[in-house]
Amino acid sequence: MNARERIVTTVNGRRYEREVEPRMLLTDFLRRELGLTGTHVGCEHGVCGACTVIVDGHSARACLCFAVQAHGSEIRTVEGLGTADALSDLQEAFRKHHALQCGFCTPGMLMTCVDVLEKYPLADEHEIREALSGNLCRCTGYEHIVRAVAEVANKRRSERA
Amino acid sequence: MKPAPFEYARPETVEEVLSILAEHGDEAKILAGGQSLVPLLNFRMLRPAILVDVNRVAALDFLEVDGDILRVGALTRHLSLELSDAVRTRLPVLRRAMEHVAHVAIRSRGTIGGSLSHADPAAELPMMARLLDARIHVRNSGGERVVDAADFFLAPLTTSLEPEDLVTEVRLSLPPQGSGWAFEEYAQRSGDFAFAAVSAVVEAPEGRIEDIRLAAMGVDETPVRLDAIEEELRGRVLDGRLVDGAVELARQSVNPNTDLKASAEHRRHLMGVLTRRVITQAVGRTGKAAA
Repeated sequence: MNARERIVTTVNGRRYEREVEPRMLLTDFLRRELGLTGTHVGCEHGVCGACTVIVDGHSARACLCFAVQAHGSEIRTVEGLGTADALSDLQEAFRKHHALQCGFCTPGMLMTCVDVLEKYPLADEHEIREALSGNLCRCTGYEHIVRAVAEVANKRRSERA
Repeated sequence: MKPAPFEYARPETVEEVLSILAEHGDEAKILAGGQSLVPLLNFRMLRPAILVDVNRVAALDFLEVDGDILRVGALTRHLSLELSDAVRTRLPVLRRAMEHVAHVAIRSRGTIGGSLSHADPAAELPMMARLLDARIHVRNSGGERVVDAADFFLAPLTTSLEPEDLVTEVRLSLPPQGSGWAFEEYAQRSGDFAFAAVSAVVEAPEGRIEDIRLAAMGVDETPVRLDAIEEELRGRVLDGRLVDGAVELARQSVNPNTDLKASAEHRRHLMGVLTRRVITQAVGRTGKAAA
């Protein structure tokens, strides 16, 4: 048994202190240690995007990070977006455009969108599809997701103008 | 799919990293961005005794223009290269290459030192290292050496690095302002590893090609420079026959593999198509300012 490491990390604005085995993935830390099961676990090798979270301002695959690496980091998960009564603009757009069916990919999709909406103009459908290409959805055929993201991107662009 | 247990070290200086590597040799693995390493750990294809997490080594994280050299610290992320103003204005071919690396959540973690050390024959940064005549600075507890990209990549996933070595810096040679450039890649889906890709930088101020560098990936054991084509094009004014000759040379000069995704013949075909596009685009862009 390997030595456990003490980590302090901030998730959705709340500070957590835990002792973890070095090999514990960030996905398992969020889900099992903190009970934040909104972050989903799909492929566990960085291909499906279901576990995407925001680490220190950038989207990252939680299955390709160790919890011990998050020491001192600020993490945002889907639980840090809106609530059922007060959805974020992005979540509201997903609801309105039926951008989810089974919902398994949705937390990863949302966290990717949070990041790419800030980093890239997302001015046309091609750019949006490119930005979403690291998140697999087996239900929607992506059409509705692309529409939801386009609406938010257009709205934010006109607010900035 | 969970990694086997390992010890974990989080040094904050290069010296500490080197002393841990010297102590543990091939029992140790360096953890940088982790985007290639962690899947191998999750699959238990690798079971290192100790992971040396270099993410807190601040001295490895820098990006600066120094004359006609771009100095890139080994811990520089793909995303930092993609979003850098210096790269956008001085090395647009690198920016375009970075946009083709996987997805934003991978680019935000993956590092240049990690990508070169991993040496996937279909990865963009190793090809950029060949294209831009990278000088790769390598340290171990015995000292430092500088390895030309041409001598660094030996075989798929194999470099000239020893277990106790750490890549600390990569120096890329910047083409003169106004040089033309092009990057073309064919992959099954956006962000996938490419079947093949070709890139170029060219100096042709008066329409005559004074200098040209061409590199390809996905079509051989390692990324390759297309020396024979460079030789053929230098000093010439581009015309249709010259391009046809270069395309034929490109197809002949690589040794692609057949795998589950594409046959050798398919990759050889792509090599010709991409070479034609890249040479034409790069010469066409000569003299135009970066976007």
